[in-house]
Amino acid sequence: MSLDKEKEVLIRVKDLEKHFKHNPVLRGISTDICKGDVVAVIGPSGSGKSTFLRCLNLLERPTQGKVIFEGTDITSKATKLDAMRQKIGMVFQQFNLFTNMTVMDNVCSGPVLVKGMKREDAQKIAQGLLDRVGLGDRGDAYPVQLSGGQQQRVAIARALAMQPDVMLFDEPTSALDPEMVHEVLDVIRSLAETGMTMVIVTHEMGFAREVANRVLFIDEGVIMEDAAPEEFFAAPKNPRLREFLSKVL
Amino acid sequence: MFSLERMLKIWAKYGSMYWSGLGYTLLFALFGVFMGLVLGMILASGRMLRTDPQDQAYRKGLKWIARSICSIYVEIFRATPMIVQVFVIYYGVGNVLKLPDPAMNRMFWGMMAVGFNSAAYMSEVIRSGIGAVPAGQMEAARCLGMSHWKAMCHVILPQAVRNILPAMCNEFVTIIKETSVLGMVGIVELMFRAQSIAKQTFIFLEPYVIVAIMYFIVVFPLSKIIAAVERRMNKSVTR
Repeated sequence: MSLDKEKEVLIRVKDLEKHFKHNPVLRGISTDICKGDVVAVIGPSGSGKSTFLRCLNLLERPTQGKVIFEGTDITSKATKLDAMRQKIGMVFQQFNLFTNMTVMDNVCSGPVLVKGMKREDAQKIAQGLLDRVGLGDRGDAYPVQLSGGQQQRVAIARALAMQPDVMLFDEPTSALDPEMVHEVLDVIRSLAETGMTMVIVTHEMGFAREVANRVLFIDEGVIMEDAAPEEFFAAPKNPRLREFLSKVL
Repeated sequence: MFSLERMLKIWAKYGSMYWSGLGYTLLFALFGVFMGLVLGMILASGRMLRTDPQDQAYRKGLKWIARSICSIYVEIFRATPMIVQVFVIYYGVGNVLKLPDPAMNRMFWGMMAVGFNSAAYMSEVIRSGIGAVPAGQMEAARCLGMSHWKAMCHVILPQAVRNILPAMCNEFVTIIKETSVLGMVGIVELMFRAQSIAKQTFIFLEPYVIVAIMYFIVVFPLSKIIAAVERRMNKSVTR
């Protein structure tokens, strides 16, 4: 891969607005997420950061503005959303593993049901991914038999099985017991080391600082600060961010 | 006054009539839930149609019409007594679209009435069974790139069946009891048999006590079995 491709824009967000009924949650967000970026999104609850993330794969349809993914405007009505979503992995706060399937079937579900891959081939890939998240021996288990941390690691493997170009994480550790947070963060960290493009909504400030190369602070539906982590945490410019950091750090 | 002796005598003489009456009752109930299930699925999917921002105007219109028709159907059948529905369907539709044989005609339209009624309830059972699957399941499936339909077939419906099955069996039990109104329009079933026996013998209490016992020995064990199965299903998948 050539170096000049490093700053290739993967997702371009233009003047994004989202209103629920008459409540404006996002009020004009523009940013570029480049290939290889690890973007941490932080902000107080209700600030719109999850909504922002969910607009990136159109789980929420923006009221205004555009989301352009790999050059295609996915907010356009003509775009085949299902095809686009195959390249955008998502991990949820509540894991959302399919409770009617085993761990193995969960991870295989994307390749088999969406891409039409042969079951045996999909299982090979899935086994590799499960090994990678440290759950290679739990393929036959059902989600209810796993701890929260384990479920979240399976959810990451399931998203990776589609070989996405970007991974979106929506507060991946917020529903976990404290002692399970690190096992999930470890997996995300190792994923960052492979150069995967990621957008992570999180409350884990230490993690954001360590793993991200960009940190966004969203409050009241706008990006109030966008900086490299050293600068973001050491010398925040925005007064609201200063106030927020003083409360959480 | 109730006399056990009299009841046993009636049973000895008319036992076979009761049994065949019970047979018809179960037949009507089985047919009713089956038709209810098929029609109920159609009604439920109609009521669950949601317009997509990507739909053209005419599709939005069609969906709205289909949704409205299904909703109106369900609400009418749920807000009127089954006995009234049986009368209206039998004397209304049954007199226009007549089958050649009058007894067959009665039976056919009686069964249809039960099916139409059961469909309304069944559609609600199906709808709430699907609604009880957490929204995150659909979101996760769509995020992998599954179409709405694929997500329904592979993720949502297999989970919804667990919610639907017990409620559907309970609906069957309810229907067994409700088919007793079919006797009112002269359709042969358990209750009708008791009525004719009472008219023949001029004994009015005991024939109906026998009916009560027969309903009970069918319905009570059935509902207990369903409850036990439901408990076991819940144990294996608590979330």
